[in-house]
Amino acid sequence: MQVSVKNVRKEFDRFPALHDVSLDIVSGELIALLGPSGSGKTTLLRLIAGLEYPTSGAIYFGDEDASHKSVQERNVGFVFQHYALFRHMTILENVSFGLKVRPRETRPAAAEIRRKALELLDLVQLSGLEKRYPNQLSGGQRQRVALARALAIEPRVLLLDEPFGALDAQVRRELRKWLREIHDRTGHTTVFVTHDQEEALELSDRLCVMSQGRIEQVGTPDDVYDRPASPFVFGFIGESSELPATVENGEFWVDGRAIGVAATDQAPGKGKLYFRPHDVDLVEADAALAGVVAGHRRVGGTRRVELSVGGDHRKVELDLPFDHPAGEKTRLAFRPRRWRFFPEAV
Amino acid sequence: MATAAPIRAGWRLKQPSVIPGFGLTLGFTLTYFSLIILIPLIALMLRAAGIGPAGFWAAATDPRVLASLRTSFTTALIAASINVVFGTLIAWVLVRYRFPGRRVFDAIVDLPFALPTAVAGIALTAIYAPSGSIGALFAPLGIRIAYTPIGIVIAMVFIGLPFVVRTVQPILEEVSREIEEASATLGANRFQTITRVILPGLAPAILTGFALAFARAVGEYGSVIFIAGNIPFVSEIAPLLIVIRLEEFNYTGAAVIATVMLSISFLMLLFINLVQAWSRKRYGYGN
Ligand SMILES: Nc1ncnc2c1ncn2[C@@H]1O[C@H](COP(=O)(O)OP(=O)(O)OP(=O)(O)O)[C@@H](O)[C@H]1O
Ligand SMILES: [Mg+2]
Repeated sequence: MQVSVKNVRKEFDRFPALHDVSLDIVSGELIALLGPSGSGKTTLLRLIAGLEYPTSGAIYFGDEDASHKSVQERNVGFVFQHYALFRHMTILENVSFGLKVRPRETRPAAAEIRRKALELLDLVQLSGLEKRYPNQLSGGQRQRVALARALAIEPRVLLLDEPFGALDAQVRRELRKWLREIHDRTGHTTVFVTHDQEEALELSDRLCVMSQGRIEQVGTPDDVYDRPASPFVFGFIGESSELPATVENGEFWVDGRAIGVAATDQAPGKGKLYFRPHDVDLVEADAALAGVVAGHRRVGGTRRVELSVGGDHRKVELDLPFDHPAGEKTRLAFRPRRWRFFPEAV
Repeated sequence: MATAAPIRAGWRLKQPSVIPGFGLTLGFTLTYFSLIILIPLIALMLRAAGIGPAGFWAAATDPRVLASLRTSFTTALIAASINVVFGTLIAWVLVRYRFPGRRVFDAIVDLPFALPTAVAGIALTAIYAPSGSIGALFAPLGIRIAYTPIGIVIAMVFIGLPFVVRTVQPILEEVSREIEEASATLGANRFQTITRVILPGLAPAILTGFALAFARAVGEYGSVIFIAGNIPFVSEIAPLLIVIRLEEFNYTGAAVIATVMLSISFLMLLFINLVQAWSRKRYGYGN
């Protein structure tokens, strides 16, 4: 089911949680809403679900305006961060709940409900646990029950609010892979909220980066990572360093020195130069950025070095091979290999 | 290095806790419990047992005693049931709605705890007597409230209400909005959400509230005797009969009635507690 959010604004007691947000969610895709705390991710998800109503704007399910439909009518699957399982019901009862509360005309027969619930429990790899109660399961298992419960109603969209937020890193990684598999198998249009960028990059077809109630960028993980549309996105996704720089004579200048990097397609003027720690080349030249090592730590297979650059000791980070001899106080010269320049707003 | 002690099975029902002081606190608790509760109760039962099985049976099955016990327990059960319904409703309103005066209302709920019971009894009698403001409304219909078992129920409802409200309220506050929202996204309407999701979740708390309100009502004396009219075989409650026996210097007779009351109450409360323990084990919550 294609879902379109059109110019939605949401205020809570006059406090705008979302400003004029528009987003097209393609049928069958897995899209992540990513952003810092308070950026409005949950609010957007709840608006789609119908748990909240927009102050202005509209939400379409396919061609149909769903803005004024109730949650029940929207038929969405919602998975909460803290599972929200019904504690007094067994796992099987939890999963069958959505079918059991249907009006008589559309409710399947009891045997059919049971068969379907067991099938879903099998899908989420919890066969054999159907007689347990939620408090007899681990967090990861509970979240899988919550997902099975949401899938049971054959939702038009599946919405997950930080589904793995309360789980430890190991379980998160497993469930992540597993959610992707389930998605590929069932093909539900899925929106999930996370503030873990690694999770978003790894799991989603597209991601939607939000900040302060606005959408900053929507794109594939590659798009967002390699071609961030704003300084915020550059800084938020992946590791990055920034330096104030000037474009002049088709070159970048930092602290009044040309750094030997051609400013392709950039208009002259001031701005900020962004680059990632692994997108730099060490050079032996005068026309380069240079700084003194202020500290270093091991990150996976590389060594991340913190360099103090220029008179005002701006900190930038570089990745070096782990056996690079640079130590404290070593002077290094480098040039960003890939970068983005964001001119100062005039 | 000390080796890990083998796990001791047997009399200990629960795993040893990491919190120290188990022996000390258990000892203190038992001593305190004995002094305050057990010893007086045992003394009471010994007194009652002093007249021998036949005498005990005769005293316990005296028609007036049986009638008073029946009055006490049926009115207490009815009152506790009424309190469960309205107490839960009040807890719901207090937790779920924000309205002006909510805090005041919330504080008023506790008043029956604080009010001397005789004051409550006199106030209720004044209102519900045939000449009272509410009693007068019912009098033309031929319904008498004060001086009948209905009056007893009303007094018991009054004093028992806070028990239900105060046990259900915190649990209801804990029922997260998410649970209700989950139910709604699954297609359940408001009614289904309340009856199938929220109320079953509250059941253990409601049961506790019921037990407390019931226990309080069975033992209530002060407020009831004013409104009950205390007609033997009709509106005479067992605690009053105990006092009457005491005034007759029939201490053993009083102890017999007390022992019977105690046993019935104990069995009912034990049953409720077992249900609680079972639900706690199953769902991992309740109190
Ligand atoms: N019910 C509410 N009443 C008032 N303000 C709210 C309400 N819900 C959200 N907000 C505000 O709206 C903004 C966005 O909140 P939202 O929950 O959507 O953030 P989020 O991106 O999900 O953050 P997090 O990652 O911490 O969950 C926040 O500033 C929050 O304080
Ligand atoms: Mg959130």
